Amino acid sequence: MRIGVVTYPGTLDDRDAARAVRLAGAEPVALWHADADLKAVDAVVVPGGFSYGDYLRAGAISRFAPITGEIVEAAGRGMPVLGICNGFQILTEAHLLPGSMIKNDHLSFICREQQLRVENNATAWTNEYAQDEVITVPLKNQDGQYVADERTLDELEGEGRVVFRYVGWNPNGSRRDIAGITNERGNVVGLMPHPEHAVEPGFGPDGAKGPRTGTDGLRFFTSALKSLVG
Amino acid sequence: MGRVVVDVMPKPEILDPQGKAVANALPRLGFTQFSAVRQGKRFELEVEGPVTEEILAAAREAGEKVLSNPVIEDVVAVYEEQG
Repeated sequence: MRIGVVTYPGTLDDRDAARAVRLAGAEPVALWHADADLKAVDAVVVPGGFSYGDYLRAGAISRFAPITGEIVEAAGRGMPVLGICNGFQILTEAHLLPGSMIKNDHLSFICREQQLRVENNATAWTNEYAQDEVITVPLKNQDGQYVADERTLDELEGEGRVVFRYVGWNPNGSRRDIAGITNERGNVVGLMPHPEHAVEPGFGPDGAKGPRTGTDGLRFFTSALKSLVG
Repeated sequence: MGRVVVDVMPKPEILDPQGKAVANALPRLGFTQFSAVRQGKRFELEVEGPVTEEILAAAREAGEKVLSNPVIEDVVAVYEEQG
């Protein structure tokens, strides 16, 4: 299985995302923002960072990159697409997911180990988790406050499309503690926290087996593999 | 050369964290007259020729499609800036 990892100017976490893909047992394929070419990948990760310096709005300019058009089209055909942090912002700007992100309510950049509850384990990126399982992955953002109008929020909740909710503390003021959502089909998932930074013992958050042993993020990527194998 | 200004503001129902921070800072500098602040964006679009109706229409469209995100922002004004 080939999973593409996109690099825009200013993307930071493409290396970590590619490593997560490899550790999950798939082949990471580097995708370049300026090429309208998905290189025949089976799924795509849009990683975090500060694409185009967050100019205009976070993710706003990346939406018009040639690769983004290809991703939107492939997502429409059902290809699994995961947007992490800035990648989530890009997917909302590209209208693959509803809502938007604004500056954290406390106005500070935040970096911490964050607990999340998996509230939908039927998506292409969460099928290896138990329903309502609480996981810990790093969170690091400046513009992480998820907002949408009440009607959209009710719709997301009603259709079970809130995939992740912050547990214990809402780190950025997101509406209804929402950390991640999915589209109607369940193939496109976006979230603010960073599963790709919790995939390898020694480098992740603290886990049950001791400091830095947390690998709760790995199953995002094994889930995608499972959904592709069918 | 002409110039079109596009003003974009956060939607009224969206809390504006930056505006709130500015509002909190003002009294510390003695500006106690202001009860609230909202912070938006001003875009200046330049054209080689005069600002025609077509240019204004294009600026409005750009404002809606690119310069603002309708989920969180409104285009509140599009106008020609008089040199």
